[in-house]
Amino acid sequence: MTGILTAGAAAAGAPTLTVPVLELENLSVSYADRHRRHRRVIHDVSLSIAPGEVVALVGESGSGKSTTAQAVIGLLAGNGRIDGGSIRLNGTDIAGWSQKRLETIRGAKISLIPQDPTSSLNPVATVGSQVEEVLRLHTKLPKAERRQRVLELLERVGIPDPGRRARQYAHELSGGMKQRVLIAAAIALQPQLIIADEATSALDVTVQRRILDLIDDLRAESGTAVLFVTHDLGVAADRADRTVVLQGGRIQEQGPTYEVLARPTSPYTRQLIADAPSITGAPSVAAGEARPLPDAGRDNAVEVRNLVQEFAAGRNLPAFRAVDGVTFSVPRGTTHAIVGESGSGKTTTARALAGFQRPSGGHIIICGQDLSALDAKGLRLFRKHVQLVYQNPFTSLDPRQTIARIIEEPLLNFDAVPRQRRDAAVRDLLARVSLPESLLAKHPRELSGGQRQRVAIARALVLNPEVLILDEAVSALDVTVQSQILALLEELQRELDLSYVFITHDLAVVRQIADTVSVMSNGRQVEQGTVSEVFLNPQHSYTRELIDAIPGNRKAQP
Amino acid sequence: MSHVTLTAAPETPGAPDTAAPETQAPDEAAVPRRPRISRLQPGLVLSWLVLGLVALWTIAPGFFTSHSATSGTARDKLLPPGDGHLLGTDELGRDLYSRIVHGSINSVTGALVAVAVGLVVGTLLGLVAGSLGGVTDAVMMRIVDVLLSIPGLLLSLSIIIILGFGTVNAAIAVGVGSVASFARLARAEVLRVRRSDFVEAAFGSGGTFVAVLRRHILPNSAGSVLALLALQFGAAILAISTLGFLGYGAPPPTPEWGLLIAEGRNYVATSWWLTTYPGLVVVAVVLSANRISHSIRKVQP
Repeated sequence: MTGILTAGAAAAGAPTLTVPVLELENLSVSYADRHRRHRRVIHDVSLSIAPGEVVALVGESGSGKSTTAQAVIGLLAGNGRIDGGSIRLNGTDIAGWSQKRLETIRGAKISLIPQDPTSSLNPVATVGSQVEEVLRLHTKLPKAERRQRVLELLERVGIPDPGRRARQYAHELSGGMKQRVLIAAAIALQPQLIIADEATSALDVTVQRRILDLIDDLRAESGTAVLFVTHDLGVAADRADRTVVLQGGRIQEQGPTYEVLARPTSPYTRQLIADAPSITGAPSVAAGEARPLPDAGRDNAVEVRNLVQEFAAGRNLPAFRAVDGVTFSVPRGTTHAIVGESGSGKTTTARALAGFQRPSGGHIIICGQDLSALDAKGLRLFRKHVQLVYQNPFTSLDPRQTIARIIEEPLLNFDAVPRQRRDAAVRDLLARVSLPESLLAKHPRELSGGQRQRVAIARALVLNPEVLILDEAVSALDVTVQSQILALLEELQRELDLSYVFITHDLAVVRQIADTVSVMSNGRQVEQGTVSEVFLNPQHSYTRELIDAIPGNRKAQP
Repeated sequence: MSHVTLTAAPETPGAPDTAAPETQAPDEAAVPRRPRISRLQPGLVLSWLVLGLVALWTIAPGFFTSHSATSGTARDKLLPPGDGHLLGTDELGRDLYSRIVHGSINSVTGALVAVAVGLVVGTLLGLVAGSLGGVTDAVMMRIVDVLLSIPGLLLSLSIIIILGFGTVNAAIAVGVGSVASFARLARAEVLRVRRSDFVEAAFGSGGTFVAVLRRHILPNSAGSVLALLALQFGAAILAISTLGFLGYGAPPPTPEWGLLIAEGRNYVATSWWLTTYPGLVVVAVVLSANRISHSIRKVQP
């Protein structure tokens, strides 16, 4: 079997002749609820992966893609159960195998690169020992050889100075570095199949790109098949030979990636492609179809001059400069995007704009008012003019309040508004964000992520602010919901003449919604200009790297 | 004893990537429902019944027994459980059942006082420390650490020595011992809630500190504090009985559960009921309080 594998590795062109590494046939999985009733979440899923092939399993949250991956590797949650169908690994059905038997193939034949590198590493063991553990469990190598192999593996996945890194703990490594360690553990025994479960979703785009390149290299080198589980159609477009689209636990479509993208047959796939900004956004900017430029000569709703934000780093240490000399202005009724990776200072900038931090230097002028000139009370009253929408709608709404109460609350903080007027305002806003009135008496937990974010937007708008700061406001949402929220934001901007400061790591979204953009890196503003200027003619090398790293432009053609 | 961590771990809604229910999907918003008490839990019901009965004993002891708790007939001394005397009599011929029923007044009110002291003082300390932060927080929490480092019983005994013997003083002593737990929990909860996005959003929409404290921080921290309250109630019953047993609580002939056990100790070889029944009552009340505390903790959203 392994002979076929290595030989057939490069010959991914003719996969049909070889035995597939993995073949799912009519796989059905169900979960038990608290009443022990089983609810089916995967319905008759059939797919196969040939040696050396990369298959992307694409779907939104709740589509069952992770469940499918977990079923393959025998790691379903305790209340999960395989109801039927077969999971064949090199022709052997492993669906009914006991955990003990599965342990012999996990890591050795199939391995998993998990989603969250931070929670997937043991914080109290060195990363080297965690890679070594795989070797210790599955091989009889003596200790010294295992150590040697760990160093080779760490070097192979691109970790500089592996001898030192192997002795470090997870918290001493960056996110990308941790993901590399997990990849090293995953490839330690040269498995035939690697399952990457959203393996790069939590990483910055440039890091994501490097990790995906690494997985590509490893595949080319050892002929490992890869199953990418991802919500990002762009990643699938770039990296996968074939794409399987999953919705509600059923396969909607599968085929060669370029065919699925170019000629989608199911309406759901068409919707997904239309909603994915990384795939559809590209041509429009290239063709000069960017948003129309705002009318010149309008006054600036927001003006930021040479903003500096420092944080005390500890005694006898120089202060840490999170934001260093940021300058931009947002004409009324337009959107300014601030783009950067984690640690670039974009969120710090947003928080300073919302008045949550006092700038260490520079000026923030919103609607003609300099924020640094305000005292605590003045600032509180000024908050009417600028509101912040948070990234995560699951934490930004008080779980104990009803929707009506959440939206109404800001009105209670200022001059008394009679109850009837408040109710009317709440109903009006609910209609504006396209939510039914039946939600008023519900609690946040009864709403979906998209609905919650609409509620958060309604709350931000109830005070009639002129400026909205959107801190990664669509990043936590599925693409379809994301595109709906973006459309809502554009509509609200037109109707209410709002000015947006849009913080995001996702350049693809910037193309879709922003008029002007600042690119930040390590606290500095490396580039700014109109969206089309920056995208078509980036001046700074970092901007170019960011643009190149946007997934979704490589395999779109056959 | 009381160092149970009660950090409210919000249950992650649903399995990580479970698909929407296929049979019952009325709208896309059918994410997890309000945690409902789905099945009747016999243990929990029993716990409430036990505490309910003890509460009734405290409020209207005369309704449950016609015997006197403090005087008896010497002729009827050390009768085993049976006719006329449900749980038997003690060495002075007093009805044991009656003494247990009347004893609940001392034990339960003592525990309530203790818990109230701990709750008010501790929560206030925690709230202030958590809200103000900085040096205040550091100083207050170090004091709490010192309190925690002294064994509870030793602390209670020292306070009683200072305040003097008696039920109320014993209760206050036990309460002071639980201040540290309440302070820690309240502070942890305040810090957790304060850091959350919705609290910042409330400040961001112009909320004053008091308004945010009242609307968001208190309601969201209350659940865990309530759970600790129930737990501490059980612990306080136990602590007060311990003090009574050692002779630091109510003086004889006051019926008090710990004292009853202590008095029965001399006759344990011949009259087992004198220690067994009061002991069982204490165990039942403490277990019930713990069970209820557990259920409060689980009901949180």
